[in-house]
Amino acid sequence: MNKQEILIIDDEDQLRKLLSINFKNNNYKIIEAETGQQGISLAASHNPELIILDINLPDKSGHEVLKELRMWYQKSIIILSVHNNEKNIITALDNGASDYLTKPFRTGELLARIRSSIRRHETLEDKNKSIITCNDLQIDLAGHTVKKNNEIVKLTTTEYKLVALFATNEGRVLTHQYILKNIWGVGSQKETQYLRVFIGILRKKLENNPNQPKHFITESGIGYRFS
Amino acid sequence: MLNANKSSTKIIIEFTICILMIVLVSSLCFFLSNFISYRIAGLVLLATVSLLAMAFEMLPVLVASILSSLIFNYFFIPPVFDFHFTNSEDMLLCLSYYFIALVNAVLTFKIKDYKKKIRDKEEKENIIRLYNTIFDSLSHELKTPISTIIAAVDILKENDKTLSINQHTQLLNEIDIAGMRLNRQVENLLNMSRIENNMIQPQNDWFDVNELIYKLMNQINEIKHNHVIRFEPEHDLPFFKLDTGLLEQILYNLIINAIQHTPPTSIIAIKAKAKGENLLLEVSDNGNGFPQNELENVFTKFYRLPKTKSGGTGLGLSIVKGFTEALGGKVILCNKEKKGAVFTIEMPSEISNLTELKNE
Repeated sequence: MNKQEILIIDDEDQLRKLLSINFKNNNYKIIEAETGQQGISLAASHNPELIILDINLPDKSGHEVLKELRMWYQKSIIILSVHNNEKNIITALDNGASDYLTKPFRTGELLARIRSSIRRHETLEDKNKSIITCNDLQIDLAGHTVKKNNEIVKLTTTEYKLVALFATNEGRVLTHQYILKNIWGVGSQKETQYLRVFIGILRKKLENNPNQPKHFITESGIGYRFS
Repeated sequence: MLNANKSSTKIIIEFTICILMIVLVSSLCFFLSNFISYRIAGLVLLATVSLLAMAFEMLPVLVASILSSLIFNYFFIPPVFDFHFTNSEDMLLCLSYYFIALVNAVLTFKIKDYKKKIRDKEEKENIIRLYNTIFDSLSHELKTPISTIIAAVDILKENDKTLSINQHTQLLNEIDIAGMRLNRQVENLLNMSRIENNMIQPQNDWFDVNELIYKLMNQINEIKHNHVIRFEPEHDLPFFKLDTGLLEQILYNLIINAIQHTPPTSIIAIKAKAKGENLLLEVSDNGNGFPQNELENVFTKFYRLPKTKSGGTGLGLSIVKGFTEALGGKVILCNKEKKGAVFTIEMPSEISNLTELKNE
């Protein structure tokens, strides 16, 4: 099998060096770019499996680079940001970033996010796949049913729609706005308290311990991640 | 700009009071002039000027003394309603009156000025002392982890062949801990500077306070050792609308503070309640509590209780206070009647009980 290529766009030499050692050790091929412009042209010529993009770049903002890439690049882009600036992260996610990490991060965490992003992209391409399995949960998109430990869990239509939305975006952070728009439609984006209630219900029905959720993870101030 | 406005308003008020006082006292004396001699009236006016000098700035008092001496001359010294004197004694009286009033004003001003200089000097010394404390604390808290990293890397590089696997892992762990510690310190410093520059802009959104506390407990349970954290949620709490990022940091700092400053195996209890529209949070412990005279000081930045071990920047609790106030709330620290301390946070918030939920 060919090695999968990852493009790193970050102006920090040290970080690129460390990441590239780490990726090579995990059987990925690395392309490095120091500036946004260089990153865009390398992305075009290599069409890598995944792009890691720093939001703070010397020549142009990472948000700009992200927008330009998203005009044609459809695979995963993971954003690196220095501080926990929720607005910044939400903007990037709304502009099509697949995931984000704040510096400093654990390389193990980054690798996990990379694997899940690549896998998710592959499942997206596999249109025939209608059953998604996630540990003890099994979501049948064709049959509209959700099973936990092989037993069907009764869900209302709205609850099911939420689970299906999460399952098709497994591992990905979905912003509050994105979820509200997809489930309740345009105009309901202010009603985050509805979302809280439904997440609460889903945790009670589908989590082993609703107070220590393993499937419906809260990303404070940003949204939820299903895993 | 605002300060200049404030002080000019203050001066105008002082002028007005001075003039009114002199007019009031002299008209009172004038009506009583059948019963008291004009010399007594002079003394009463002089006393008034002295009183004014104690309270006000120099300029208004000078105006008061000039005004009163003119009034004294015109209305009291015979011939009345005339600036002329009938004898040299009265002229001397008026001049000395004027002179005493003037000296009065100037001396009082000098004393005030001297006091202010002493105060300024003390303030300056305090600032220098604070700066030194900050500097010591910071350089210690930042340099310790940096030295650890450099030393550990040196050892790894130079003794690569002789180190056991166990020692190798130990060194790597030390580097790890030092890195995390550095990150925490920098995070604290950044937060403090955000607070001091009024850069905190709360992003309020609906949230479930019990969920937030469970999330924090899961986080902290991973890093704590022997302390016990207890939380008994109230189940019919409404949703509150606040900035969860700030709130998380507030609770995190309070819990970590309790862990750092209570004996191992102490119990830390968290409570969340609704009080009217306000959110009430409580973090208490059964440790040794705070010395009663230090309760006020613990929120001061870089303040550390005497005899506490190092390891924090002394910023945790001041960040708690800064964030709480940025959210419009207040934080109170008390000692429990029996044993331990309680931090109570009360925050105004919108609430939502969400009674009509469509779930089909």
